[in-house]
Amino acid sequence: MDKTSYENLTRGLIRENPTFVMLLGMCPTLGVTTSASNGVGMGLATLFVLILSNIAISAVKRIIPDMVRIPCYIVIIASFVTVVDLLMAAYLPALHARLGIFIPLIVVNCIILGRAEAFASKNNIYQSVLDAVGMGLGFTLGLTSLGIVREILGAGSIFGWSFLGENADPVLLFIMPPGAFMALAGLIMLVNKLRRAKQ
Amino acid sequence: MSYLMIFISAIFVNNIVLSQFLGICPFLGVSKKVSTALGMGFAVMFVMTLSAIVTFLIYYKLLVPCDLTFMITVVFILVIASLVQMVEIILKKVSPPLYQALGIFLPLITTNCAVLGVAILAIQKQFGLLSSVCYGLANAMGFTLAIVLFAGLRERMSRTRLPQAIQGAPIALLTAGLLSMAFMGFAGIGN
Repeated sequence: MDKTSYENLTRGLIRENPTFVMLLGMCPTLGVTTSASNGVGMGLATLFVLILSNIAISAVKRIIPDMVRIPCYIVIIASFVTVVDLLMAAYLPALHARLGIFIPLIVVNCIILGRAEAFASKNNIYQSVLDAVGMGLGFTLGLTSLGIVREILGAGSIFGWSFLGENADPVLLFIMPPGAFMALAGLIMLVNKLRRAKQ
Repeated sequence: MSYLMIFISAIFVNNIVLSQFLGICPFLGVSKKVSTALGMGFAVMFVMTLSAIVTFLIYYKLLVPCDLTFMITVVFILVIASLVQMVEIILKKVSPPLYQALGIFLPLITTNCAVLGVAILAIQKQFGLLSSVCYGLANAMGFTLAIVLFAGLRERMSRTRLPQAIQGAPIALLTAGLLSMAFMGFAGIGN
């Protein structure tokens, strides 16, 4: 793999991580991460839509007139979101029910429209796929780590496996709405600290 | 559910931003000053109420009879995007002062997931037309309340000296967390 491709693939993972560095897609990030498995599920659903929409937009970028490109992108993205929504309802009904309203709302996730506008509309299909995989995995990484932190603190378990005894008293706050803001604040603080230490 | 309960529930108990996590992007993005937060709040109120009416009519008069309910995401996002565009054009013509005040916020609203979220939730809750309108307006008022309170806190916060690692996003999120905790005090009302 040449240098540019490698760069495009890894950009989203850490350096321009959508969750911790770019602060994109905050609604699902805060809304569904009450457990680690929810985080993984939401991340992968977004990754899937992102790959498909980047492929489609990169493929049709020459046909779409510049004036109406945003509505066109939205229609393309919304179609793929509908596909994912229906597939999840059919094959993963439990996860679909837990993620709820945030599945159709992948449409307005700024990461997807952002990558369409900033990357897929200017690059070929192969590079767009790499970018989508990197960004999608970065988003999944962000959601999963936030989910893990909140689940450990708030429920005393990890991926549903409880490591505290019966009488344990976890900090319930962390699986409630305020805990989402606070856990994310803590993680971003940590990432900022690490980034500065590296420089 | 009575109309009053819809308002109390949407504004305080299940605040759209602080407990349902819809519309976080504008909540964090345009909340540095109270005046801009207020502008954004009113723009959202305008669009959300209007979109509640339009999406309700489209869903029950067009999608349900044609058996196309699975197209809800595609249709609603398009309707909202064009509605925002239309509101912008009409305001510019009819009321330039209002356009001056809300104009810059209108394009941002298309990607505000609160608008689409509320439209879809109103359908999922199987509200009637009047309840849907109340639900849209109430949620928009909840959004405005949250963003204005948050902007007030951030204005104060901007004058304090903070450790480097906490500046920017972390302190904003912590403030939002405290605000959300305050709103948890309303939990249980009406249940």
